[in-house]
Amino acid sequence: MLITELKPREAIAQLTEGKKVFIINCHGCKEVYFPEKAAEELQKDLAAEGALTGSITTDYICNQENMELRLSVHKSEIEAADVILVLSCGVGVQTVASYLEDKKVCAACDTCRLPGFQGVTPLEYKCDQCGECYLNLTGGICPITACSKSLVNGQCGGAKNGKCEVDGEMECGWERIYRRLEELGRLDVLKCPTQVRNFATDEEVSK
Amino acid sequence: MKITELFERGEFVVSAEVGPPKGFHVEHLLEEAKTYLSGITAVNVTDNQSSVMRLGSLPMCKALKDEGLTPIYQLTCRDRNRIALQSDLLGAAMFGIENLLLLTGDHTKMGDHPQAKPVFDLDSVSLIHTVKQLESGVDLGGNPLIGEPPSFAKGAVVSPCSDSVDAQLAKMERKVRAGADYFQTQAVFEPEKFIKFMEKAKQFGKPVQVGIIIPKSAGMAKFMNNNVAGIHVPDEMIEELKKDKEKTKAGITGVEIAARIIKECKPYCQGVHIMALGWESKVPDLLKLAGI
Repeated sequence: MLITELKPREAIAQLTEGKKVFIINCHGCKEVYFPEKAAEELQKDLAAEGALTGSITTDYICNQENMELRLSVHKSEIEAADVILVLSCGVGVQTVASYLEDKKVCAACDTCRLPGFQGVTPLEYKCDQCGECYLNLTGGICPITACSKSLVNGQCGGAKNGKCEVDGEMECGWERIYRRLEELGRLDVLKCPTQVRNFATDEEVSK
Repeated sequence: MKITELFERGEFVVSAEVGPPKGFHVEHLLEEAKTYLSGITAVNVTDNQSSVMRLGSLPMCKALKDEGLTPIYQLTCRDRNRIALQSDLLGAAMFGIENLLLLTGDHTKMGDHPQAKPVFDLDSVSLIHTVKQLESGVDLGGNPLIGEPPSFAKGAVVSPCSDSVDAQLAKMERKVRAGADYFQTQAVFEPEKFIKFMEKAKQFGKPVQVGIIIPKSAGMAKFMNNNVAGIHVPDEMIEELKKDKEKTKAGITGVEIAARIIKECKPYCQGVHIMALGWESKVPDLLKLAGI
């Protein structure tokens, strides 16, 4: 079970400022708590600024086929947007980011763990529910789960022929991130301030 | 003495690396270091290299310093969280150790304790940031230090012959922005790749020491090609090593190759870092042959 929490409004403003925005709300699987009220307020404010091209509220965007079907009726609104703001757990954001590969797909939520329950959806993408979502700095590929060392400031020197030093079958997560950012023309994201992880937000580690 | 002072004076800085033993008897290592490495600028001491448990880097640095050598304290993020790392950095300052090389570290699964918990609370970039913060008199938690803050030459690593060199350059830039003062590189066997890398890296304005491993044999070269990230020994070099009759020339070919690489890279960098991997005794010959 997990909780999605809206990121601080200043953090979201940095992603949306001066941009046209399309919003995807995922009310998710029944295991998820969704910040409905805060999400509504955010959407209202963006609409008032004239920044909203459209929005959709759905469930299971982590299911690729379902997500594609739901988004297909919003093609023009998505096309018109500079930023696709996804309000979901980290898995949902990663699924949308890999589908809309030429769009700037951003996470508006942090995903926190709520121990004691297990989600049941089998998924292609992983979210560690670390409580401090990094997807906006990594082109929608999670560095916590895609990198063996969960590095947040770029690749280590351990990858050989694009494969991780720990698991020869696993692609280096940071090489994937670099390539994705390059394709999106967003390599400038790598010039962000040094990231220091906050393990106090991670239920599994801090409790 | 900080090695950054030498870079500033325009000196070509030479360092070599030693690995502490799996045990606490260091007489042999100290003897070798005094005999073969006392002529060079500084000696790196590895931190549980390849995730294999050994004597700590910090006490070994202190022992070398007591013998009159200048140690470079290598520190990785694999085994310690931010509290332990900062604590050890203060320990280094207390011992008068002024040179650091700050790394993420190999994963625990690579070493002789694969069951260990990999820490990686910080990484190479956030560790550099942490040292910078300590130097400003405040720890990473934002709490003031008592007394004069420490001051270090903050080294970092980069892999110039990596197959993802652009991503490496991006990471290098992050290290520079976090506060890295100088760089040592992964071992170079392809000078042309290193020279190309330096054309791009020079924009950061930080001194770079080219990394050198003396290739001991064709077998070692092939092993590195198959197993070590960022290293490729070209086929012609392996052929050259094959021709080396080990019994008569005792590895001279490897030393000749390493000297040639140093000569080719020297005009493009500010120093050399030698990873002798047990061949410390060949370092003086190597430097002589390379004209240093």
